[in-house]
Amino acid sequence: MNQNTAHSHSEDGASHTSPVILVKELTKTYIMGETEVHALRSVSFSVNAGEYIAIIGASGSGKSTLMNMLGLLDRPTSGSYRIGGVEAAELSKDRMADLRNTQIGFVFQRFNLLARTTALKQVGLPLFYAGVSGRESAKRAAAALARVGLGDRLDHRPEELSGGQQQRVAVARALVNNPGIVLADEPTGALDSHTGSELLALFDELHAQGITLVVVTHDMGVAARAQRIITLRDGEVLEDRANFAGQNEALPAGPLSASIANGAQNGAAAHGSNHAQLAVGAAMPATAATGGNHEDL
Amino acid sequence: MKIFKYLGVAVESIRAHKMRAILTMLGIIIGIAAVLITVGIGSGTAASITDRIESSGTNLLTVSSGNRGSSSSAALTMADAGVILDATRFPTVQLAAPQYTSNATLTNGASAGSYQVMGTTPAYATMHGLDLNAGAFLTAAQVEDNENVVVLGATVATDLFGGQEPLGQSIRVGDALFTVTGVLASTGSSGFGSSDSMVYVPLDVALGRLFNVTRVRGSYTISGIGIQVKTQEDLDPTALQVEQVLRLRHGLGADDENDFSISNQADLLEMASDVSGSLSALLGGIGAVSLVVGGIGIMNIMLVSVTERTREIGLRKALGAHDRDILLQFLVEALVLCTLGGLIGIALSYSVAWGLGLIPGLSSTVVIEPWAVMLALAVSTGSGFVFGLYPALRATQLDPIEALRYE
Ligand SMILES: Nc1ncnc2c1ncn2[C@@H]1O[C@H](COP(=O)(O)OP(=O)(O)O)[C@@H](O)[C@H]1O
Ligand SMILES: [Mg+2]
Repeated sequence: MNQNTAHSHSEDGASHTSPVILVKELTKTYIMGETEVHALRSVSFSVNAGEYIAIIGASGSGKSTLMNMLGLLDRPTSGSYRIGGVEAAELSKDRMADLRNTQIGFVFQRFNLLARTTALKQVGLPLFYAGVSGRESAKRAAAALARVGLGDRLDHRPEELSGGQQQRVAVARALVNNPGIVLADEPTGALDSHTGSELLALFDELHAQGITLVVVTHDMGVAARAQRIITLRDGEVLEDRANFAGQNEALPAGPLSASIANGAQNGAAAHGSNHAQLAVGAAMPATAATGGNHEDL
Repeated sequence: MKIFKYLGVAVESIRAHKMRAILTMLGIIIGIAAVLITVGIGSGTAASITDRIESSGTNLLTVSSGNRGSSSSAALTMADAGVILDATRFPTVQLAAPQYTSNATLTNGASAGSYQVMGTTPAYATMHGLDLNAGAFLTAAQVEDNENVVVLGATVATDLFGGQEPLGQSIRVGDALFTVTGVLASTGSSGFGSSDSMVYVPLDVALGRLFNVTRVRGSYTISGIGIQVKTQEDLDPTALQVEQVLRLRHGLGADDENDFSISNQADLLEMASDVSGSLSALLGGIGAVSLVVGGIGIMNIMLVSVTERTREIGLRKALGAHDRDILLQFLVEALVLCTLGGLIGIALSYSVAWGLGLIPGLSSTVVIEPWAVMLALAVSTGSGFVFGLYPALRATQLDPIEALRYE
């Protein structure tokens, strides 16, 4: 792992950081028999590496739909989604799977753990699909569990863990491959307020380590921790504003996690080789629109 | 081999869902065991029938009095038997034994029972290869002198004497006193016509003293004549020759039907294999039904778990699994379950076959044929495979989020 940061690849002086996520006029329409449901009408925004963003909005406003798009779990009806400078629509199924595996950590509201499977095995799953050997995998899974404070629960199955612990297993699983981006859809939705705030403290740490965080919530208390809050209504961005009350720019940006640096490095390497891993967080020309998004609202 | 990579995942998944795995395997186990046992009973019965016919002697022809559609039913006489016994007229005949069979009550003190009594000659024991447990079969002298002696089948001996020694004892056959001079070894077979439940007396004793059989043209009527020819090739020509001679002797015209019938061992074997063939088909049908039932069992448990499995597949995909990873995992899992279930099913059917073999009264055994094992394995494994792969094939088509949302 080198110590490069995303900054070092910014060839455009206009921006210090480059967008990891760039969404333009994204729409998603579900067709339910005769009627069309416009879950997303036209959503545009960008997220820079290391940002902590909250997406809020009423139930049914399209938050989950958007998150599933960002997590490459679903495909948009139209519009463009560039992740690390690569157009998602052009990715093959397997490349999308690889990106989900290595670049994105997804935390679900309902945890989505495998039944009757130990915490160590749950967390090892992304490593298995990344081709990491069994011994190495167990070591790294144990480390990830220790990172979320579950170092003494390796052999516990979901039914033997509390809700908060289950969600932390899910977070460990999201982190185990050192992704640059962590996406969480209502991660505190199924937790009581105490375990919820423990989880948020964990997110603060991830942010401090330089991971790009996008958290969907309808709880303003949760959103208040983020640097920036995007509000959705009826599948459109109602508001996109900086949140100075929450974590702010003054917070030390480094040390950036190895994964971000890794992503940036891959991006640099991508010129010379057709490396299978996609360059998330790679340098891409920052457009004026990216910066403009913040000021507009 | 990539497969081994997924073996761990498959075993993990089976262990995490023991009940589901057991229920799936149960379908396969039941299917395999049911087919193997039912088909095995069919094969075993066929084998024991053939065995019995073959062990009753080789190169045998049986002439019986009477025939379907014939009015005179007791036309076979001792005179007819005498002609067949004439070696100059029938050089292909090795042995011939006239027989008269009827029922009589046998009494030994307080024990009594009704048995089939056959009057015959020593040749009968030779051509049927009867083994003696004690004493001897009827001798030529005993037959010649019309002695009141009787040879008991093994079952009859136990019925009448229990644990006592029958040899030399006197018993009543009908009203007359007979001395037991021989006891046959048990053949293990039972039912009509088995030598175990018969008794044998000298031919003329049966015809005269015991049953006072009617005469035709001065000659006693008899129930049949057993004939053993010298070689197998002699069977058909001898049968034809006997038929012609008897038709002539019975004064039958060209349009008249035979008033006797001649059966040969090959016919019997053919008939038996016909019978056991249809028995096998019937039992095979029952086995096939069990196989379908087992298959439906597999399908049910798989369908019940489709939701759970679809969500699992969605999650695995969300975490980075390729479609190929999912398919291989499920393929290996189905393979492991089916192989395991198949082996248990085969082991189960072999132990049932072994257990049935221990039951003393049962004359036929369960014979598990290799082709039946292959068939049952193929069909059960096939159905386990298809139903095991079904959710995986469905779910790989879905986007991960759809699979995760699947209800
Ligand atoms: N798979 C789907 N099929 C049809 N309609 C859907 C589907 N998923 C979401 N929707 C609809 O899209 C809209 C946005 O849903 P969602 O993104 O889940 O909202 P949120 O997460 O903000 O509550 C809702 O009206 C919802 O009913
Ligand atoms: Mg939602």
